[in-house]
Amino acid sequence: MINIFEVTETNDMIEKENLDVRTITLGISLLDCIDADIKLLNEKIYQKIYQEAKDLVKTGEKISREFGIPIVNKRISVTPIALVGGAACRTIEDFTGIARTLDKVADDVGVNFIGGYSALVSKGMTGADELLIRSIPMALAVTERVCSSVNLGSTKIGINMDAVRLMGEVIKQTSENTQERDSFGCTKLVVFCNAPDDNPFMAGAFHGVTEADSIINVGVSGPGVVKNALSKVRGESFEVLCETIKKTAFKVTRVGQLVAQEASKMLDVPFGIVDLSLAPTPTIGDSVADILCEIGLEYAGAPGTTAALALLNDQVKKGGVMASSYVGGLSGAFIPVSEDQGMIDAVLAGALTLEKLEAMTCVCSVGLDMIAIPGDTKAATISGIIADEMAIGMVNQKTAAVRIIPVFGKGVGESVEFGGLLGHAPIMPVNPFSCDAFINRRGRIPAPIHSFKN
Amino acid sequence: MKKTIITVIGKDTVGIIARVCTYLAENNINILDISQTIVQDYFNMMMIVDTNSTTVTFMDMVDALTGLGNEIGVVIKCQKEEIFDKMHRI
Repeated sequence: MINIFEVTETNDMIEKENLDVRTITLGISLLDCIDADIKLLNEKIYQKIYQEAKDLVKTGEKISREFGIPIVNKRISVTPIALVGGAACRTIEDFTGIARTLDKVADDVGVNFIGGYSALVSKGMTGADELLIRSIPMALAVTERVCSSVNLGSTKIGINMDAVRLMGEVIKQTSENTQERDSFGCTKLVVFCNAPDDNPFMAGAFHGVTEADSIINVGVSGPGVVKNALSKVRGESFEVLCETIKKTAFKVTRVGQLVAQEASKMLDVPFGIVDLSLAPTPTIGDSVADILCEIGLEYAGAPGTTAALALLNDQVKKGGVMASSYVGGLSGAFIPVSEDQGMIDAVLAGALTLEKLEAMTCVCSVGLDMIAIPGDTKAATISGIIADEMAIGMVNQKTAAVRIIPVFGKGVGESVEFGGLLGHAPIMPVNPFSCDAFINRRGRIPAPIHSFKN
Repeated sequence: MKKTIITVIGKDTVGIIARVCTYLAENNINILDISQTIVQDYFNMMMIVDTNSTTVTFMDMVDALTGLGNEIGVVIKCQKEEIFDKMHRI
């Protein structure tokens, strides 16, 4: 039988080390809503999401009370809207109308974000894809809860550089359209290489076309738990270090598995995956950078950071796969800057630069995340940053992403406050040299040689 | 069997166990195991209880025991056993 020490350990993780279920994300397919009539399409989308998700928040709260674990977010992801709206949308305003519908239904069912205002364009863009992408700056300015993502490349296909160029402009425009709120729109916009179909985390969640009609995906998090466990093995060998991370990751993932199963049962929706990602929040003690410091670095960004992060990410995955039969592809460590107080401190101390962050993304689960850069950064430069990150994802056969915020009207030395889980960030300098001629080339980068495995 | 873990943490005082047990007895909740330690001067108790025969719902039990905890000046939590089982048993 369970003993008092085990109970205390679990409850200490929850109460003192910020162990939580970061999100229950309900994926909903909108493929059966497709209609050539824009009004009917909006109605069908609203009804389908409302019917599927009306009990989501209530269910999340019930599970939270039964097991005594916080479930921070309840969210929805939907089929990429470029596919759903293709038959009906003729203008940017048509697509923006769908964004408003998504925002309204998200508000009505009580979720804080809805993801899937997306297009998958790793090889080429259809007319609808391009229209949706061009509508993003307006859609993110007139909605609160809608998150947008665009998949620009993959290991199998290569990188669509025309879309990369366009996204640089779209990010700039989104920044300008939401300038009165420190370019807040860009925090809800992410571009991917090798985007997973079942990602429960925002802003990149969408319900892939390979998925069932609806599905529950759960994201658990607990950087504080890992840090605390590591503080007990200071000075020990790498073997002990790895073993400790693995055991902790196992325990955390098991909680996610339990919550996912319960939610699946209560909502009568199949269970998809558990994603164990060490996803930080601005709360003190809920930081991935602090784990890196606990492993032995003065600040995140110091020499050794990439190796420490590689080790951390790998052990988290190894612990996680033992704990659940269906572990999500992103599992590992997230390294957003504005959402992690340890990362912010590292930037302010001069230890962490954009280039070091890029190196770190080679070995961790996502990419350049929540990084504020000067508002006057050129669109082509943003595209260059995106292209670099996409190349890392493509060549390393991993998911890579960019969520970067050129803060309108602000420059290096200033900082930006997004509030809540999105946190605050010092504006980081960007390499000033031009890549215009590279970005202005037309076409796509071919798939790498190791993609020819057939 | 549906098992619930009740934990009580707080400053030690007379009658904590008695009052929790009274509530459980009144509601036909059977205690399977009790253990108690004093950690850093704090009273720390865990009970494993069987809720099969009770007529109160889990949520009502949570509310009642949380209220009782507030009266005594301790924190009482009720959690379904599965969260601990999942985390600590393979």
